[in-house]
Amino acid sequence: MILHELIDFELLRVIWWLLLGVLLIGFALTDGFDLGVGTLLPFVARTDGERRVVINTVGPVWEGNQVWFILGGGAIFAAWPPLYAVSFSGFYMAMFLILAALILRPVGFKYRSKRDSFAWRNGWDWALFVGGAVPALLFGVAVGNVLLGVPFRLTDNLFSLYEGSFFQLLHPFALLAGAVSLAMLIAHGAAWLTVKADAPVVVDRARRFGVTAGLVAMGGYALAGLWLAFGIDGFALVGPIDTDGPSNPLLSEVSRGGSWLAAYSERPWIAIAPIMGFVGIGLAVRGLARGGEVSALLWSKLGITGVISSVGLTMFPFILPSSIDPRSSLTVWDASSSHLTLFVMLVSTAIFMPLIMIYTAWVYKVLWGKVGEDELSSNKNAY
Amino acid sequence: MEFGIVELSRLQFALTAMYHFLFVPLTLGLSVLIAIMETVYVMTGRPIWRQMTKFWGTLFGINFVLGVATGITMEFQFGMNWSYYSHYVGDIFGAPLAIEGLMAFFLEATFVGLWFFGWDKLSKVAHMIVGWLVAIGSNFSALWILIANGWMQNPVGAEFNPMTMRMEMTSFFEVMFNEVAQAKFVHTVSAGYVTAAIFVLGVSAWFLLKDRHMELARRSIAVASSFGLAAALSVVVLGDESGYSATHTQRMKLAAMEGMWETEPAPASFTLFGLPDQSERETHYALHVPHVMGLIATRSLTTEIPGINDLVIESEERVRSGVIAYDALMTIRDEREDTPQEVLDRFEEHGNDLGYAFLLLRYLDDPREASEEQILQAANDTVPMVWPLFWAFRIMVGLGFAFIGVMAYFFVATNFMGGRYPRWTLRAAVAIIPTPWIAAEMGWFVAEYGRQPWTVDGILPTAMSVSHLSITSVALTLAGFIIFYTILFVVEMALLLKYIRKGPEQDVEETETWMARHEHRLRTHDGKGPFASPAE
Repeated sequence: MILHELIDFELLRVIWWLLLGVLLIGFALTDGFDLGVGTLLPFVARTDGERRVVINTVGPVWEGNQVWFILGGGAIFAAWPPLYAVSFSGFYMAMFLILAALILRPVGFKYRSKRDSFAWRNGWDWALFVGGAVPALLFGVAVGNVLLGVPFRLTDNLFSLYEGSFFQLLHPFALLAGAVSLAMLIAHGAAWLTVKADAPVVVDRARRFGVTAGLVAMGGYALAGLWLAFGIDGFALVGPIDTDGPSNPLLSEVSRGGSWLAAYSERPWIAIAPIMGFVGIGLAVRGLARGGEVSALLWSKLGITGVISSVGLTMFPFILPSSIDPRSSLTVWDASSSHLTLFVMLVSTAIFMPLIMIYTAWVYKVLWGKVGEDELSSNKNAY
Repeated sequence: MEFGIVELSRLQFALTAMYHFLFVPLTLGLSVLIAIMETVYVMTGRPIWRQMTKFWGTLFGINFVLGVATGITMEFQFGMNWSYYSHYVGDIFGAPLAIEGLMAFFLEATFVGLWFFGWDKLSKVAHMIVGWLVAIGSNFSALWILIANGWMQNPVGAEFNPMTMRMEMTSFFEVMFNEVAQAKFVHTVSAGYVTAAIFVLGVSAWFLLKDRHMELARRSIAVASSFGLAAALSVVVLGDESGYSATHTQRMKLAAMEGMWETEPAPASFTLFGLPDQSERETHYALHVPHVMGLIATRSLTTEIPGINDLVIESEERVRSGVIAYDALMTIRDEREDTPQEVLDRFEEHGNDLGYAFLLLRYLDDPREASEEQILQAANDTVPMVWPLFWAFRIMVGLGFAFIGVMAYFFVATNFMGGRYPRWTLRAAVAIIPTPWIAAEMGWFVAEYGRQPWTVDGILPTAMSVSHLSITSVALTLAGFIIFYTILFVVEMALLLKYIRKGPEQDVEETETWMARHEHRLRTHDGKGPFASPAE
């Protein structure tokens, strides 16, 4: 089959790098508010009625939202197998914690209101808190570690040797990134609650938490930027770059030194991403404080898109640098699937992604409207 | 067996996969059964069908959620515990997994929420369509997962690329239309339908025994037994298709399942009973049924099925050939573009056996220095442990035939004997609820354990597929999974039982309006009105 040669290998790699970003952003924008809502649950809602309102604002959609995450994992496996192999095994214990948290969540949603006991329901509410906060935090910690460089090396047979430990992941910079991610998603969840919850007390509390979280996210993001500028070495490819060469990281030379932020002098246009991040979260905070509902949610989406894009654009073409053996670092040009696989996956995505967008939008439209306590007491299918 | 990282990782994968498959078959089958019930509701307008849809829907929801939750573990685990596998075959294996997400899982997960929450927000027809979309989504999901798994059994449409040190896809169509994958898909999906049918049958029988919800139970048995009979027949027929494809794709697995040590003259006999002995290479007390095996496996009277001993001799040749390929590969790896053509040709000739050289890595670091004895050991390693396969296969097949009997009985009793079931048959229907799960787990055991020592048949040995992890890490997560999953299982069973005991929610108002409207049609033969005896 030569059909796949219609699109250059190099271009396919860039497209899949973009699609990886789209999937991660899609995940953060949709499942992100589920995680934020889960984290806020025990704090913005005190009575059982309030808690059911909060849970049911995401009740019908969290399952679909979570598929962004599953699809993100699948796309990394299919389009960037070395990234999948190195990162999932390297961050082993962290991945296990994320898994456990993500398993708690569906079960929590579905089982919580199936019994009347207070202890049962309260227990599941805290499980939902863990299921929201732990992944939101750890995703940020993982991104922080990627910027720092991950301690792995590849053998000549491309077997990945990870030489760090779980606790090494908790570098202060990584924790800062984790805090930004958690705060950003809490603000996003708060914005969602102001749109969907028909319970003034809950909405009021959500606004207050959301404003604080949004400010923390902005402050943390700015701090992380300064830290990157002055405290962390970046990576750079050395010598001729073969952008459509075989996917073997050991074939390229990588140097450590300089700053990640050098990217902003080489490609000044990428500054748009951090600007979007600040403006979006800033206006979301303003919206939350002043009582704007839909606008706060939309600005928050813009902000999250900006923050996540800024990480990818700053690192390009790196996707997983190695701190102990820079040559092993994975880049867009040497860690992808084959030309054919990228093409097949692109065709599948081009067919199904628009369909997914259409039916997801339809489902949100059908379920549009606020969720209140009265409605829940009459609806036997609610959580 | 010494418990190293490979064994622990295998144990963790086996436990989490088998646990995941406790929920999957019921999801596959129940989603379809519920969609059928809702379709009947939409067509007839009878409230009882809506009640049935909602009741089985509640149980479906409790089960579905754990299927989803434990499925995430499966997707993560390839990268976490099998990182060299992920690197080595991700180019092929990742694609069906990602397409599964795009095409199937998104559909299923997006609409399942709407199905539960949308009863009052959608028209009857729209709600029914949403139910069908959930069913289609979960069934397509199985298709892509089995395409991925089928490739591990029969790795077509791919070749090794020395520049990237991994397998790369050469034809997506071969991967997709892999005969093993297609046979496995229909077999697995029908097995899911049987599971759901037995579940619905058993729970309904329990209601009948308790004199509760008779209307719902009788109708549910009617749907379950006709659907289940068709499914039980197709499981066996399509399972046979799997066996047939194994004859030329996985001959070692087939021989091990049969405990067939020596090549028999065609057509081979089927061993009904026996005690396989790995060290003696013999099956004791074997009870043979002449010709049957040859007919099933080759569909001919003249084609021979090779026995284990002959296959080991073949493996030995392939190990030797693999060593030549390995030697050539090392040159290509170091010389890259400067590799002499003669070496490239040698790799071209022997490259298909490269995986067999990797079998030697268990015994020494460089396959090229292997002794005669080590080569023989590696060849012997291609034989999976026979007795567990032999027995697991027989239990699965025995249960499969029994399901046909059960379904046929209830189908006949429902449709031709006036729906009267002796109490012992109802008790039996309750008692057999767990058996389809046993059959399904046995089936997976045969498929995956029978593929050993490979993760990808003939390409990549299991021992080489693992991640570089500490024993402590894997032991910790394994213990974590066991504790966590046990708790979830207890919670799930308690909720299922609670909601079964609770029975269906009755829409009294809707039922009465409907019955009043149709009173003239509902009079019984003795002229009594429908309200003379309670509907339920």
